[in-house]
Order: sequence, then structure tokens, then C-alpha cells
Amino acid sequence: MVPIGHYLILSGLLFAIGTAGVFLRRNVITLLLSVEVMLNAVNLTFVAFGRQFGTVDGQIITFFVMTVAAAEAAVGLAIVIALFRHRESLSPEAFTNLKW
Amino acid sequence: MAFDLLLFYFFAAITVGGSLLVVAQRNPIYSVVSIVAAFCGLSGLYVLLEAPFVAVVQIIIYAGAILVLFLFTVMLLNASREDAAEWDRSHPYYRPGPTRVGVVLAVMLLGQLAWVVSRIPELQAGVGDAAPAASSVRLLGRVLFTDYMFAFEVTSILIIAAMVGAVVLAGKRGN
Repeated sequence: MVPIGHYLILSGLLFAIGTAGVFLRRNVITLLLSVEVMLNAVNLTFVAFGRQFGTVDGQIITFFVMTVAAAEAAVGLAIVIALFRHRESLSPEAFTNLKW
Repeated sequence: MAFDLLLFYFFAAITVGGSLLVVAQRNPIYSVVSIVAAFCGLSGLYVLLEAPFVAVVQIIIYAGAILVLFLFTVMLLNASREDAAEWDRSHPYYRPGPTRVGVVLAVMLLGQLAWVVSRIPELQAGVGDAAPAASSVRLLGRVLFTDYMFAFEVTSILIIAAMVGAVVLAGKRGN
């Protein structure tokens, strides 16, 4: 079998890629996509540890994470659409004012 | 045994390559398509971990529903490029210092995780050696509707809140 350390390092690599994406990108939609990558990295850890211990709890928590990700995507994209209506831009630095 | 490892590296390469393309692409549409590829690789990893139901849900819900929502938004806003050029010139303070710091932090995080994982001897054992796989849909359903009943019900409230929030935020103003 594949060592569980391999899965953990792969998950850490995905999480680091997502973190770098959040810092690097200047597009709100790509920021949300990077957050999705980070959530999936955590999902991989849950499933790997669930397999290690022979329980289904890891897989069930994965479903909850997916639900939260769906809710976050719906609300996040609604906010993006509302902001785009005001500023005609997707750059995070176009939205530095709380009120305008 | 070696075949296992080969499949792991194959799917891991797809996942990591897709995720890197998500960050590296300038065009958000290409980013969404490469994250779909990354999630297909991740679903292969779930099959390798003997969690076939999670793998199927990953494809159907994530790649099929959530990312299509992203793609729909990208096409609705017609935002096929990053319009950051004028902000780069008017805000010299923001770039590239914090960007560099962020990437350095991400690489440090990865280095620390890899160091910790390599230090623990228990993590070098095979992932399925200690216990048999528990992955039948019957067992998943039973645990979800008994042990996790409360979390399941709270999730329904979360979904209703998200739905109302999305409609209120993105709905038309003034009528």
C-alpha cells in the first residue's frame, strides 16, 4: 500500500498551492478557486486518515466540507456579481472602500 | 504493490499539475477547467483510498455542480482577463512585496509539513495495513443519519441561509 505520509505531503502541497494562489492572484474568482483547492487538500487528509483507522468518519466529514464549499461558492459568487455591478472590475484592489 | 504507487503518482501528478495551472493561468475560464482536471485526479486518489462513494460525489457535486457555477459566473461577467494593470501602477506599495512574502509563507508551510511528516515513523506504514476498509454506502448512510444527525440538520440550515443570502446579494435592486 501507499504510505500515508505520501498522502499527507500531497495534501500539504495542494494546500500550499492554494495559499500561494490566494496571495498571488488579482482576480476575485481565482481567489475563490484557490480556496476550493485548499478545502480539497483538507478533504484528502480526512479520507486518508479515515482509511488508516478503518472508519467512515473521515468520508462523512468530507461530505460536510463539500456542503460548506457549495454554500461558500454560492454566497461568494453572489458577492462577486454584486461588486462587479458597482465597479466593473474583478481586482480585489478595486474594492478597498467599505461604502461608496 | 508497485502498481499502487504508480497509480498514486499518476493521480497526484494530475492533481498537482491542475492546481498549479489554476494559479498560473491568466484567464479565469482556463483556471476553472484546470481545477476540474485537478478534481478528477483527486477522485482517482479517493478510489485508491477505497472510498468510491466520495470519489463519485467529488465528480458529480464538485466538478459537475460547484465548478459549473463558477464557470457560469465567469461567462456571465465576461471577465476573460485580469484587469489589474492600472491598479498595479497606482498602488506601488502593494506589489510585489506582499506577494513575495505570501509565496515565501506558502513554501515555508509546505516545508514544515513535509519535515513533520518525515519525522514520524508511523506515517511510513502503508495506509491500509492496519485496518480493513470501511466504505460501503450502507455504512456511510447509517453513520450519517445516526452519529452525525445533528450536524446533518445544521447543514440544512446552512444551505437555506446560503440560498437566501445568494438571492439577496445577487438579486435585482429596486423592485
